[in-house]
Amino acid sequence: MMNLKGLSINPKIWGPILSLVAIIVIMGIIDPGFVRIEFKDGRFYGSLIDVLVRATPTAIIALGMAVVIGTRGIDLSVGSVVAICGAVAAMLITETDLSFASVMVLSLAAGGVIGMLNGIMVSYIGIQPIIATLILMVSGRGIAQLITGGRSVSFDSVAMDIIGSGMFLAIPVRIWIAAGLLLLTILVMRKTAIGLFIESVGANARASRYVGIEARLFKMFAYVFSGICAALAGVILIADVGIAEINRLGLWLELDAILAVVLAGGSLNGGRIYLGLTIIGALIIQTLTTIIFSSGVPVEYNLIVKASIILAVLLVQSPTTQAAIKDLNMKRKGVRT
Amino acid sequence: MKSVVGKPVIKAALGLAAATLMSVSAMAELTVGFVQTGSESGWRTAFTNATKAEAEARGYDFKFADAQGKQENQIKAIRSFIVQGVDGIVLAPLVTTGWDKVLKEADRAGIPVVLVDRGLDSDPSLYVTSVGSDFTMEGAMIGAWMAVETEGTCDIVELQGAVGADAAIKRQAGFANVIENFPGMQIIASQTGSWSSTGGKEVMESFLKSIGGENICAVWAHNDNMAIGAAQAIKEAGLQPSEDILIASVDAITDIFKTMADGETNVTLELSPYQGAAAFDALEAHLAGEDVPKRITVPGGLFYPETAAEEYARRK
Amino acid sequence: MNMNVATAVDEAPPLLSIQNLSKGFAGVRALDDVSFSIRKGEIHALLGENGAGKSTFIKVLTGVYSRDAGQILFEGEAFHANNSGHAQSLGVSTVYQEVNLIPTMTVTENLTLLNQPRRFGLISPRKAEQRAREMLERVGLNIDPSEQLDHFSIAVQQLIAIARALGTKAKLLILDEPTASLDADEVSRLFELMTELKAQGISIIFVTHFLDQVYRISDRITVLRNGQYVDTYNTAELPQSELIRAMVGKSLDELSKDTGAESRAVQDTLFAIDQYGKQRCLEPVDLTVARGEIVGLAGMLGSGRTELCNLIFGVDSVDSGEMTLAGQSQSIRSPKQAIDAGMAYCPEDRKVDGIVAELSVRENMILALQAKRGWLRPIPMAEQKAMVEEMIDRLSIKTPNMNKPIGELSGGNQQKVILARWLLTHPQLLLLDEPTRGIDVGAHHDIIEIMNELCEQGMSLLVASSELEELVVFAHRVAIMKDRRKVKELTGSEISQQSIVAAIAQ
Repeated sequence: MMNLKGLSINPKIWGPILSLVAIIVIMGIIDPGFVRIEFKDGRFYGSLIDVLVRATPTAIIALGMAVVIGTRGIDLSVGSVVAICGAVAAMLITETDLSFASVMVLSLAAGGVIGMLNGIMVSYIGIQPIIATLILMVSGRGIAQLITGGRSVSFDSVAMDIIGSGMFLAIPVRIWIAAGLLLLTILVMRKTAIGLFIESVGANARASRYVGIEARLFKMFAYVFSGICAALAGVILIADVGIAEINRLGLWLELDAILAVVLAGGSLNGGRIYLGLTIIGALIIQTLTTIIFSSGVPVEYNLIVKASIILAVLLVQSPTTQAAIKDLNMKRKGVRT
Repeated sequence: MKSVVGKPVIKAALGLAAATLMSVSAMAELTVGFVQTGSESGWRTAFTNATKAEAEARGYDFKFADAQGKQENQIKAIRSFIVQGVDGIVLAPLVTTGWDKVLKEADRAGIPVVLVDRGLDSDPSLYVTSVGSDFTMEGAMIGAWMAVETEGTCDIVELQGAVGADAAIKRQAGFANVIENFPGMQIIASQTGSWSSTGGKEVMESFLKSIGGENICAVWAHNDNMAIGAAQAIKEAGLQPSEDILIASVDAITDIFKTMADGETNVTLELSPYQGAAAFDALEAHLAGEDVPKRITVPGGLFYPETAAEEYARRK
Repeated sequence: MNMNVATAVDEAPPLLSIQNLSKGFAGVRALDDVSFSIRKGEIHALLGENGAGKSTFIKVLTGVYSRDAGQILFEGEAFHANNSGHAQSLGVSTVYQEVNLIPTMTVTENLTLLNQPRRFGLISPRKAEQRAREMLERVGLNIDPSEQLDHFSIAVQQLIAIARALGTKAKLLILDEPTASLDADEVSRLFELMTELKAQGISIIFVTHFLDQVYRISDRITVLRNGQYVDTYNTAELPQSELIRAMVGKSLDELSKDTGAESRAVQDTLFAIDQYGKQRCLEPVDLTVARGEIVGLAGMLGSGRTELCNLIFGVDSVDSGEMTLAGQSQSIRSPKQAIDAGMAYCPEDRKVDGIVAELSVRENMILALQAKRGWLRPIPMAEQKAMVEEMIDRLSIKTPNMNKPIGELSGGNQQKVILARWLLTHPQLLLLDEPTRGIDVGAHHDIIEIMNELCEQGMSLLVASSELEELVVFAHRVAIMKDRRKVKELTGSEISQQSIVAAIAQ
């Protein structure tokens, strides 16, 4: 009963999910092959599985972004952090004898440290988030090149292969990783008071100060988390192909991540954080990309098609449209009675 | 009459002498400025090093400017070379437009400019020549290789470079020109892999789903990175890259030799990083008053799996 | 009576005369039949408590809002401004409380922004600077106009704003709370300027909350209350107590009816501050609150009530004085420290400083307690629900469920949630600033009940309020604030609306 009530009262939550379902259903009608999933060589195989697999880096980064945006901030540096941490991981694998676990810990720690620098700039020094993180967005890929000496680094690592394209219980390992991170994030946000405090700080910083919340600490936490997420995405991306291509690693990912948060209904003015829906947002973006790749749209139209559909989704979800639809319904009913 | 005939003769003689004098002094100690794009890839670094070594061998006073991927830095570097009064400038332009003004400045200062690696869209009179591997020719060479390999029958999927990139457009065109002549060959799908392995892999995955691996005869990737990604996608789909589906690409980066040695791709083509010698030759010829063709092509070479392991060891 | 006063003093036609001005917003009459007039070279104070309609009046006059009814005559002709820029070009300029200059531009740019001197169609910097100098001279400022605005103090910025408002042809200058952030010397300087402008024949409408300033500078006073015109007086002939009565809206008889709650034996002092103050904000104040006592903070708007609460709770930091709470010396620099010391505070501006509109009733309610416990020790959901349910019941908060965003509740219920938020932290001292402002009658009554109940249970309350009849009902002691100073303290039977008004008027 309670659940049903929940379903009916919050169209905000259903918007992104319905959008995703609508896109998949429409595509399934046009091309049934798109929604077919087979079980082949001990793994699930199909375009929808590809969507899930390919969406993981964006989804992981978007989780961090959602938390940062919840504090009324933004993290433009995530794409560069992906490159830096990808470079760090690749160099540690090829140039040292460290165990895989240590490589992971160090790479993620690198992301955390970078996030902490962002956090310090934003919450303790008071630089506007967009500027503070822009610094690293611009310089990050240069730093990554310094780390690798300007070249792409390829590596052989069984553990990395497993992360990149391995399977566990017939489901790709990276989906497990993303799901695990989502679960962990929800736990940390909802089973401690961090989520409440971050949302409170983002929605009304002044009132939060009056109740004694240390806003700066929680803002900083958000950036650290975002950095770690980006680092994890970086490791997954280089594991995917066994090469850290510094120049293109993580390019434009920050924009996809922000878009995923917005598609999930998050407001750039801070406040409510929708973690699960953020994943849905990332899936919408990836579904569109995969559809475009498999549909034979000439490359010149790729971005135009993608942008148009995303615009349509955002329009449908916008409060103005929703209000207009409500209005229209009322009028129609009014005419009938 | 006599004087009328005599004058041009003397003039010509003087001109020749002057030119000879000039070229002699120039050969002795030429100052040449090289404006590089940056150091964005291993190939670019090899290119820079090869050019430096060539200049050293010729005894040039060699000045090097790394533009770090920015056209404005390149323009600044050219201006600074003009001020320093170098004898010639070698430019690897980052983009094709926006060069008119600075090239005119060089022209006015009497400093010849030779382009390497890529061309640009200014009036050809503003530069001596454009040295480079020809993207169109690269596409054509891969097309020819594929025609021979498949005996003129093949359904090809194409992994394009970044949308709108000069290299992508020309490689696509060169390849298409060749396979046009074979009725059994066609491109059945073409998408951008954005030059990256991840991009190549992702696009190849969706091709394998939407077209079916059994319906694809070959992959034509505009660079090696995308080919590496495509090979992985094919492997993960349970097929054998280079056997079930042929893979051909361009660039000859170090990593492709490893992939090739593992038997996962079939051919790559090397853009020559040794364009410096040709550029310097053109510059010296121009300074000596000789005519230089507006376009000098430095051919690349095809590499096959047979030598891949060896090449990989050499280049690592 | 007003017409008598207005005409008796000067028979010359007024510069500006307003008759029967009305303006409503969504059915609420913000201005109801207001009349007003000002003579050439007069300083005319416009007074009234919050919501009296002063700012609506100014905005209708300067064309920011359109009027519903009424007539405005300026220099004998019908006056109809479309916006404040238009009003300025007609000779009526306004300087708002928040100086609306651009801090990052130079003084010259700020002064000439809307009226760039041009040469051959291009802005001429030399001419602009020259013009800026002339404008600054009029307000007696000798500063470098090429310097960035925010390099100057607020007081100088205020004068620059006036310089801009004066422009070349201002005949009527409206100053909205110009002294709100100035210290005594700066106020004197402003008044000198106002006197000088007056001598030049410029008329000034002076909106303020500082009554002594009104007496220092103004010629006449017009009082508004609840959007209605009360009266216009000659300043010199009006005793201050009369003025306050006009503003509060009670006759002398009415005022004497209620007396204060019975005084408590003030033995067990819980809270004391000694010479607590901050420059430009609050003159040093001494105050004590005993256990189970309600101390009222009376005073007009801008008297220092809110400033005192903010200083006690660490929202602002004091620069002088000591605090003791429950026998321990306290040094409060942030709300967090105040909360840890056992204090709680319902701020005056509920929307901005109180509620987190997007979060639910439950989340809003547990926020302070959770912050006190720290992020690592979350309150288990079952416990939260139990606490919130109990509070909803105890304070009879009307909400369909505890998961409704608090922003969707009525003002009174929002206030109760905020109150509940603090009760959950079990404070020893509860600060309430205007706890009943802007809420309906029922909730109003409930909140007073709750306050009395809390005090029965031994909690100490410090309640700032501008509603005298309310203070008189519940306060055991009343500290009276005026011009950012504590001027008097009344205990037990001494407390009446009359005595409070008298103290303010002194």
